[in-house]
Amino acid sequence: MTGPRALPQTEYMLRRFGQVAALLALLVVEVPAIIVAVPMMFLSFAMGLVFLFPPLVRLIRRFAELNRRWMRAWTDVPIEAPYLPAPPPPVPQPDGMYRSDRTLYRTPRVPAWNDRWKWLLTDPATWRDGLWLLLEPVVKPLLMPAFILAPGLGLRAYAIWSNWLLGATAASRLAGQVSHLRRTRNLAADSQAAEMRRIERDLHDGAQARLVAIGMTLGAVEALVDDDPAAAKALLVKARESSSETLTELRRVIRGIHPPVLAERGLADAVRALAIDSAMQVSVTVDLPRRLEAPVEAAAYFAVSELLSNAARHGDARTATVDISTSGADLRVTVTDDGMGGADPAKGSGLSGIERRLAAFDGVLALNSPPGGPTTVTMDLPRALPERTSKSGPSLPRWKLFAVIALWATAWCPTFPQGIVAGLLKISGDEEKSWFLALHLPEFLQWPTILFMIGLGGFMHFMAIRIPATYNVGCGTPQPAPVRPWRFG
Amino acid sequence: MSRVLIAEDLYLLRDGLVHLLQARGFTVVAAVESGPELLKGLLELRPDVSIVDVRLPPTFTDEGLQAALAAREQVPGLPILVLSQHVEQLYARELLADGSGAIGYLLKDRVFNATQFIDAVRRVAEGGTVMDPEVIAKLLASNARNEPLAALTPREREVLEAMAEGRSNAGISQRLYLSESAVAKHTASIFAKLGLAPSDDDNRRVLAVLTYLNSR
Repeated sequence: MTGPRALPQTEYMLRRFGQVAALLALLVVEVPAIIVAVPMMFLSFAMGLVFLFPPLVRLIRRFAELNRRWMRAWTDVPIEAPYLPAPPPPVPQPDGMYRSDRTLYRTPRVPAWNDRWKWLLTDPATWRDGLWLLLEPVVKPLLMPAFILAPGLGLRAYAIWSNWLLGATAASRLAGQVSHLRRTRNLAADSQAAEMRRIERDLHDGAQARLVAIGMTLGAVEALVDDDPAAAKALLVKARESSSETLTELRRVIRGIHPPVLAERGLADAVRALAIDSAMQVSVTVDLPRRLEAPVEAAAYFAVSELLSNAARHGDARTATVDISTSGADLRVTVTDDGMGGADPAKGSGLSGIERRLAAFDGVLALNSPPGGPTTVTMDLPRALPERTSKSGPSLPRWKLFAVIALWATAWCPTFPQGIVAGLLKISGDEEKSWFLALHLPEFLQWPTILFMIGLGGFMHFMAIRIPATYNVGCGTPQPAPVRPWRFG
Repeated sequence: MSRVLIAEDLYLLRDGLVHLLQARGFTVVAAVESGPELLKGLLELRPDVSIVDVRLPPTFTDEGLQAALAAREQVPGLPILVLSQHVEQLYARELLADGSGAIGYLLKDRVFNATQFIDAVRRVAEGGTVMDPEVIAKLLASNARNEPLAALTPREREVLEAMAEGRSNAGISQRLYLSESAVAKHTASIFAKLGLAPSDDDNRRVLAVLTYLNSR
């Protein structure tokens, strides 16, 4: 090894040895920790001193977390923390009491402790951590030779061992995802319920009340029409005007539920329509290969609508740009305006509402709004484009369908009688030749022919399976007709 | 006697329109209820005027609007009055884009006032342009910050609105209770302020105003 390259090599070795030394030095703390932990565990379960359990778990987790951090930094083994998310703080009942199982408490302390205890006890990661710590004084000395001879390799082996006990398992990852989904689902359900209440109120106070008024007016007309046709006519005019107002009102409500342009044209034209209606100069660039999933489309539309009206109302902007693009199946919407900036989600503008709406689709919102502007809001919605599944694949052409049928009908012949059966007859030394082609040929050609027959049959079977696999098998399933019981021309 | 085609999928409304138009002396040559039927009817029958709902089967999206645009591409200036439950500036622009007039775009509620509605149908049949007051209101609202429009007097704005809806000088004078000469004076002033060439032809005048407002 030449001089200039020797130095980094020595440095590398030195660093590795330093890391190994740190690992071994940790044993000095770990061994006493084990000596304390084992009796604590015994006391908390056998003697009922349950209050010892949480601090014990916290202690073990601290060691495990330190080890994960070191292994991530020193080796290329990324050890994910496997812990389940901590339980949410207890929520008081309407009467201010806190419930845990069947007991009521005045303060949240006991229910919170109970939740925490259950969380630590039921998380398998707690027990895997404990096992890892218990085995530390065994594993580290066992790896000693590797640590000394090839510290890089030794560290890697140790990291893989740690990952096995400290890393996330498929189950813990799933558990994490489930709790994330549960949270976003609750948010989505909440905002949907709020939306429903708003619509109910709008209809109740608006359209419904107006229809009652129209009905009453028509009743009055009925009573008046014989005696005072002129007054009846005046009332009819009033009723017609009210029905017109009711329609206007309904139109407004419908726009809030699902804007008609969105239903008719999709996101691109709906955003263009917003841009035209806006008092600002709004330029829109859209690059979408096809229509988005309907719920995502609505979420993106309302987000853009809210951002544009925010920009005009609070930001005093004069121009804005909206950019909608996709990368893969993900959707990105960017809204920029030249307003005075300083937008803050915490100040209760519509931003947190948009965030909640997007969260239901795993979407995120990034805001950059320095005082003085400009404001840029970027929203990312993963998997917003519908996947091209069976609907988009071409269906099997007719001639290929016949080819597949012919293959299935004939492939047995070379495989079994001409191939395998002929081979078995030859092995058993039977003189029977029957219609087995290979056995009628000269001796030296018999085995090659048998093998060729088996190969040909296998290939035919393979093609019979392979050809339809590349096509959409449900040959042209008809699209379901749009069913819309509600209709607005 | 004008020949009319009606495209509307709700039976009650379709039937109501047929009766209304027949009572006012129109001949209803076809009353269809879906997009493909509509396009076929428009191209084969070449009605003097057609009344078309935006949302039609089979897709219940903007089938009627697409059929109207496609027909007018093949037969420029084929008179069509589009009806909808909601009005969009976007659609108004698409309908006006070919600049050949004989187009109308109204909310369905306008059918309530039979006299005004029949008047609108006649104007479209004669090659005029009829825009719903709501379209014009939105158009003016989104142009609110533009300089030349801000320079108009309130009266001139009212005249502009009425003009954009497609009314003639006589129609404007009736609606705003002005003399026809006063209306003429206002329109001349509006055209001067917006920098448009004055025109005596009502139809061309409307298109000029709408094109001006849409170009913003």
